[in-house]
Amino acid sequence: MKNKETVISVKNLKTFFYSDGRCNPAVNGVSFDVKSGKTLCVVGESGCGKSVTASSIMQLLPNNARIEEGEIVYKTGDSRGDIHIEKLDRNGKEMRSLRGKDIAMIFQDPMTALNPVYTVGWQIEEMIRNHENVTKEEARKRTLKLLADMGIPDHEKRIDQYPHEFSGGMRQRAMIAMAMSCNPKVLIADEPTTALDVTIQAQIFELMEELKEKHNTAILMITHDMGVVSEMADEVAVMYMGNIIESGTAKEVLGSPKHPYTEALLRSIPILGRGKGQDLNPIRGVTPDPFDRPSGCQFEPRCDYATKECSNRMPDEVNLGKTHMVRCIKYQEVSKNE
Amino acid sequence: MSNNLREKEVLLTLNGLATYFPIKKGLFGKNTQYVKAVNNVDLTIYKGETLGLVGESGCGKTTLGKTILQLYKPTAGEMIYSFEDGPKNLANLSKEEMNVARQKMQIVFQDPQSSLNPAFTVYQSLSDPLKKFGIKSRKERRQIVGDLLEAVNMRREYMDRYPNEFSGGQRQRIGIARALCVNPELVICDEAVSALDVSIQAQVLNLLMKLKEERGLTYIFITHDLSVVEYISDRVAVMYLGRVVELAESEDLFANRLHPYTQALFSAIPVADINHNKKRIVLKGDVPSPANPPSGCHFHKRCFMCKEVCKEKEPELRRFEIDGKEHYVACHFAEENIKNA
Repeated sequence: MKNKETVISVKNLKTFFYSDGRCNPAVNGVSFDVKSGKTLCVVGESGCGKSVTASSIMQLLPNNARIEEGEIVYKTGDSRGDIHIEKLDRNGKEMRSLRGKDIAMIFQDPMTALNPVYTVGWQIEEMIRNHENVTKEEARKRTLKLLADMGIPDHEKRIDQYPHEFSGGMRQRAMIAMAMSCNPKVLIADEPTTALDVTIQAQIFELMEELKEKHNTAILMITHDMGVVSEMADEVAVMYMGNIIESGTAKEVLGSPKHPYTEALLRSIPILGRGKGQDLNPIRGVTPDPFDRPSGCQFEPRCDYATKECSNRMPDEVNLGKTHMVRCIKYQEVSKNE
Repeated sequence: MSNNLREKEVLLTLNGLATYFPIKKGLFGKNTQYVKAVNNVDLTIYKGETLGLVGESGCGKTTLGKTILQLYKPTAGEMIYSFEDGPKNLANLSKEEMNVARQKMQIVFQDPQSSLNPAFTVYQSLSDPLKKFGIKSRKERRQIVGDLLEAVNMRREYMDRYPNEFSGGQRQRIGIARALCVNPELVICDEAVSALDVSIQAQVLNLLMKLKEERGLTYIFITHDLSVVEYISDRVAVMYLGRVVELAESEDLFANRLHPYTQALFSAIPVADINHNKKRIVLKGDVPSPANPPSGCHFHKRCFMCKEVCKEKEPELRRFEIDGKEHYVACHFAEENIKNA
């Protein structure tokens, strides 16, 4: 029996960006839990703050961004106790020891994430030797095993090759090998397969699912693709303009969406196997300017259910059942449409 | 559906079309090695249909589109296009003739950001082709550009703005308007909606379908997204390493996938439906390099049905009929797959 306890707990996180004297509340009060052995998918369109949420946890924010409020608690489960990540110095010793060792991250584009002038093997060894007190030989042995585990063919030759000699899918595998090298408790994957072809994407998903089962790793996956969500997620959080507007298990959110945005989003994507006759209903309008946001509910200008009340303030969280949360005052009308 | 397609007029026929790119120069400057981006493709495009062209990156789908527009010179084969004054081979046209022919065929690119000139207003970008194709008065051109912008659901006043003032979806609609401004017959959409957010993607897809109805356009819709292809296409061609491996009417292909590659490709698509029955076929390995493709069937190294014959003999694209509908497959075991389907 593997435990599914919370490893990272994010509460009311607010990360703001400042430029030209203006403020962009990119993440505006986000709360969620990442549990070990589970995949949480954060899904949303570009500019909704999903990547900023991930970089906030890793403290990898650009200089003009700041965590204004809220807390990110990492539960180590050992003598270190609970660590408040938001209080750590961005590039301090503690933060650096967490990164990679406890919380690892993989990025969308493995070519820019890997250093082109070092061999892949060297980069993974560096990671191991940075975090653990092992010899060079030991590190190399472990790297070889990692590469083999990730399904890289010919790993004994590949370990001494440079990133440009790898194909896209293999680079992403190398990235995952590096991320898993110190057995992290949490793996943050920021659009890990967006740059890859679907057949390669399927391979990477298979690999990630295997890792989740084997190491009981908690996975936080950032994506824009509803298809990926339905395939991979145990739990889903839908973001729009800096807020989580709906969250719950994959079945709850995708099967019976309660927020107008989730519902509209699901109706605007063509679904494979439904043929030519399927109805596509685009969401009208465009996402608002992040520096000039609507006063109340962020989705109000594009929403079919909107009333006057909606422009007053952002609706509170409403809990439906144990896991399903929605931030909309009209959610009862949405559920009628099913 | 199938019968009236067959009765339809043929717009463009590709016969043994091939486009190679030289990559290595030998002694005395002779080309010794080629990337066979498009390799012996036969296709027929009918008037008024949408032909979806799908495949993974590097399979040659974009090269095929650009070869039709003569942005690349084909290495071999012919492209017969039915002009008003009779069919002509596009590959043999002189530069002047091709310039005139370009009025008939236009392209919409993937990235609207980089395909619009940032220093030109929308009017300037859109009026250049009009000028070239003989509309001399400025007033008339402004009228046409305004009408076009309205046709793509944008405001007439936008024509004096610069591309950076628009969002991605709007820019893509400007790109579509530019393709339409010379009244083409054939529009090649090269990943036209791939760079857009899903909510915007649906807007552009519906716009493309509306324009097709109104103007009687023919589309070649190039994309890697099968869900989009299913929604928009009448027929779909699946490409792998420069070859068409399967071609059928959209509904037919989605019901019976005969080529093992098509089967794997379809099963790998994440479907945004929680009740979808997942049965993923995970292929081994990567797409081989088109510079050095495997012998015989290009797919044999990743194929789960591979037998000896696949390694030696290249399968031809053969015509089958399933329930009276045309279905082309390039696989040695097509008959077997039809039986199982």
